[in-house]
Amino acid sequence: MYDIAIIGAGVIGALTARELSRYDLRVVLVDRLNDVGAGTTRANSAIVHAGFDAPVGSLKAKYNVAGTAAMPALCEQLHVPYQNTGSVVLAFDDADRATLDELKARGEQNGVPGLEVLEGDALFAKEPNANPICTGALWAPTAGIVCPYELAIAGAECAVRNGVEFVREFAVKAIDFTDEQFTLKADDGRSICAKTVINAAGVHADEIARMIGDDSFSITPVKGEYLLLDKTQQGVVNTVVFQCPSPMGKGILVSPTVHGNVLVGPNAEQVDCRLSLTTTAAALQEVQHAAKRSLPDYQIRDTITSFAGLRARCDRHDFVIEPSAVNPQFIHAGGIESPGLSAAPAIAVALADMAVCDAAKKEDWNPGRAKPVRVHELSHDDYAALVKEQPAYGRIICRCETISEGEILHAIHSPAGARDVDGVKRRTRSGMGRCQGGFCGTKLLEIIAHELNMPIENVTKSGGNSQVLLGRTK
Amino acid sequence: MNYDVIVIGGGPAGMAAALQAQENGATRVLILERDTFLGGILMQCIHTGFGLHYFKEELSGPEFAHRFIEKIEANPAIEVKLDTMVLDIQSGEPHSIIAVNKADGLMQLSAKSIVLAMGCRERPRGALNIAGARPAGVLSAGTAQKYVNMDGYLPGREVVILGSGDIGLIMARRMTFEGAKVKMVCELMPYSGGLTRNIVQCLNDFDIPLKLSTTVVDIHGGDRVTGVTIAQVDDNRRPIPGTEEHVPCDLLLLSVGLIPENELSRAAGLAIDPITGGALVNEACETEIPGIYACGNVLHVHDLVDYVALEAEVAGAAAAQFAMRNSQCATGDYVATRGENGVRYVVPQRVNKQADAPITLYFRVGQVYANASVQVRAGDKILAKERRARITPGEMEHLMVKPEQLADCNELVVEVVA
Repeated sequence: MYDIAIIGAGVIGALTARELSRYDLRVVLVDRLNDVGAGTTRANSAIVHAGFDAPVGSLKAKYNVAGTAAMPALCEQLHVPYQNTGSVVLAFDDADRATLDELKARGEQNGVPGLEVLEGDALFAKEPNANPICTGALWAPTAGIVCPYELAIAGAECAVRNGVEFVREFAVKAIDFTDEQFTLKADDGRSICAKTVINAAGVHADEIARMIGDDSFSITPVKGEYLLLDKTQQGVVNTVVFQCPSPMGKGILVSPTVHGNVLVGPNAEQVDCRLSLTTTAAALQEVQHAAKRSLPDYQIRDTITSFAGLRARCDRHDFVIEPSAVNPQFIHAGGIESPGLSAAPAIAVALADMAVCDAAKKEDWNPGRAKPVRVHELSHDDYAALVKEQPAYGRIICRCETISEGEILHAIHSPAGARDVDGVKRRTRSGMGRCQGGFCGTKLLEIIAHELNMPIENVTKSGGNSQVLLGRTK
Repeated sequence: MNYDVIVIGGGPAGMAAALQAQENGATRVLILERDTFLGGILMQCIHTGFGLHYFKEELSGPEFAHRFIEKIEANPAIEVKLDTMVLDIQSGEPHSIIAVNKADGLMQLSAKSIVLAMGCRERPRGALNIAGARPAGVLSAGTAQKYVNMDGYLPGREVVILGSGDIGLIMARRMTFEGAKVKMVCELMPYSGGLTRNIVQCLNDFDIPLKLSTTVVDIHGGDRVTGVTIAQVDDNRRPIPGTEEHVPCDLLLLSVGLIPENELSRAAGLAIDPITGGALVNEACETEIPGIYACGNVLHVHDLVDYVALEAEVAGAAAAQFAMRNSQCATGDYVATRGENGVRYVVPQRVNKQADAPITLYFRVGQVYANASVQVRAGDKILAKERRARITPGEMEHLMVKPEQLADCNELVVEVVA
């Protein structure tokens, strides 16, 4: 029996779990997948938006501006890569130019600091490679970039270190409410009881709401496809470069990533399936083409991978952050599409405030997590000293990203640690480089199998039945 | 720690270079190898077909490698550090290398000359932008080869292979031997990128269809691959609507090209040839930085290991001579090389008129030719010309020129003539 159960271990669920771990409460975080941050959190634009885009007075505006303000300190506390790059919205014609003024006015009403419309040299000083036809740009100095899945992983790690339990591959199929408590039932027969439930189920949040008879909002998944470019393209873009927004989203962006790659995307396509993350040739072409408009000179042939993510588009056209009208002990965080990642730190605080009641705060709460070692970031002296003490950091497993065995062991054995290949990849970047795991994949399987004491054939790519190997050879 | 010659990479190129370096007078030679064994990718190539040119007999990959490994192990002048990753190269006099392993920790090493022999890697799915799902069961052919041949595990039972590079062809046969059903090999181009002998011995002998001008346009599956959609492509390599066909499978292997692993070369400040993906070198495999040499697949992707070894011996000998002379090379009088009329690239990119031995020019063509000649031309003068029954992009070609032929040349053009 838990005080609070959180459904969904994306960035919202994980950061909410961390907020709740301040209190003297029994909290459980469940996810249908094998890891933290493995749904929409792992596949989005990784942008911390300034907050000028959301309508004045909306929850999106409120939590975006607050979340963006809280992000730098939170990322520092959790040792999550964040960079305050600022963003520009490019105007290509007079209509766009008028949109910039609108966005600036809206942003100022939303409380976004420092907005400025740049022209001419000032524009190209920010983005030297921007299309020369640009007539202006809206500069937003508070915008930035963050590693979204690492934020979720760090949040969950902090939460688990402070006593929260994390339950994997728990796909909630039904919810009962009797005797003032909820029973969450998983499709495999497991069940979990809690007095309060927080619904942070992303694109499934409306399905979860309906399990208690609440149909006050519904979600349509909107797929976005992205291209990730090699680090050789680093420097082609300095800030987050947007085009003017359309009704379907904020348009195609080109952005640096905190790891030195360049991200291009997303398109926006309404889809029926909430599980399918397939990419299409047409969409990837659309993305390439649109991005060329912002930065005509980027080298698309340096693409190292493409991926798709789902936005949880809500029929209320705003975040749903409220106790359910059906049962006030059931609290929704629904419709968390963009700027959900930016807003996440503020949403987590709001959800915790709604859920906590009068619980006491822990005296020994630790707001951070151990700083993960990244050997490629160490000075030669520090690295030499580390290897002397812990030789596993001297064995490089992923050659493209220079990831050591020590980093992989840490990723597996940390609280809410990695259980599969993709989990190690998200925590360490092993296999994320230009060979995409071609060389290190085999070594990674061996390490995971050894550390988790399982046969190598049971090691999965991403939980479920995604085993990499099917059996022994003859 | 100071060395005459440090060789980065302990595959066939690195081993051949190290042995030649020692034979040419280097007394302190070090091989830095990132894997736990010498031999490189040869060790997972358990099929035969290696050594026909170099040893004049047919060997398996590990047999070919062992002939070098035995010599290296017996040679006290050659030190080997395994499971060791080179993190950085700084050029200078001497050059400096930062490397790390579990036993020695972080090492700063110095070398009078360096031989780059890091080999190449396979192009992954992402570089192709194949649309579709992201299930388990999509592997590069070489990764699958390691699982099967080195680790003893089967990555799939119903297989589609995209790309007819040699590793893909070899794996079609290998997976068949393991009881898997290889349904087809799809090739985007109208010709195979692999050796003719591999198409015969690995596909035709097992009735595995090779579908030319065909690609994979979609990948299906949730946790594991359940199938792919293939389609024929037009002359511009674009899928032709209406030709799509669903093929059930649980494994998609990719054999769609090799990319020289030149991250360290770039870190050292070397420019990379956009066509070969390797450094720019002279006839002694010396790069633009004096005392740094490159050979084998890190320089350009070879078809046969025999040529890798021969090229590496040139590099190793030159590296030793540079190290023992302990000074920069005299600036030579260089002639640039260039491919034309169907020749995509030529290595070396420049040759010294004062070279003291015949010079081998390696090159590849961009399409298939039947009954054509290849020639080296300087202005109107033909310096070398040979007839070929068949020239294909999958097979590396070479021609020799003598230094004395270069006296009045401004440029060497390698080309195909009818």
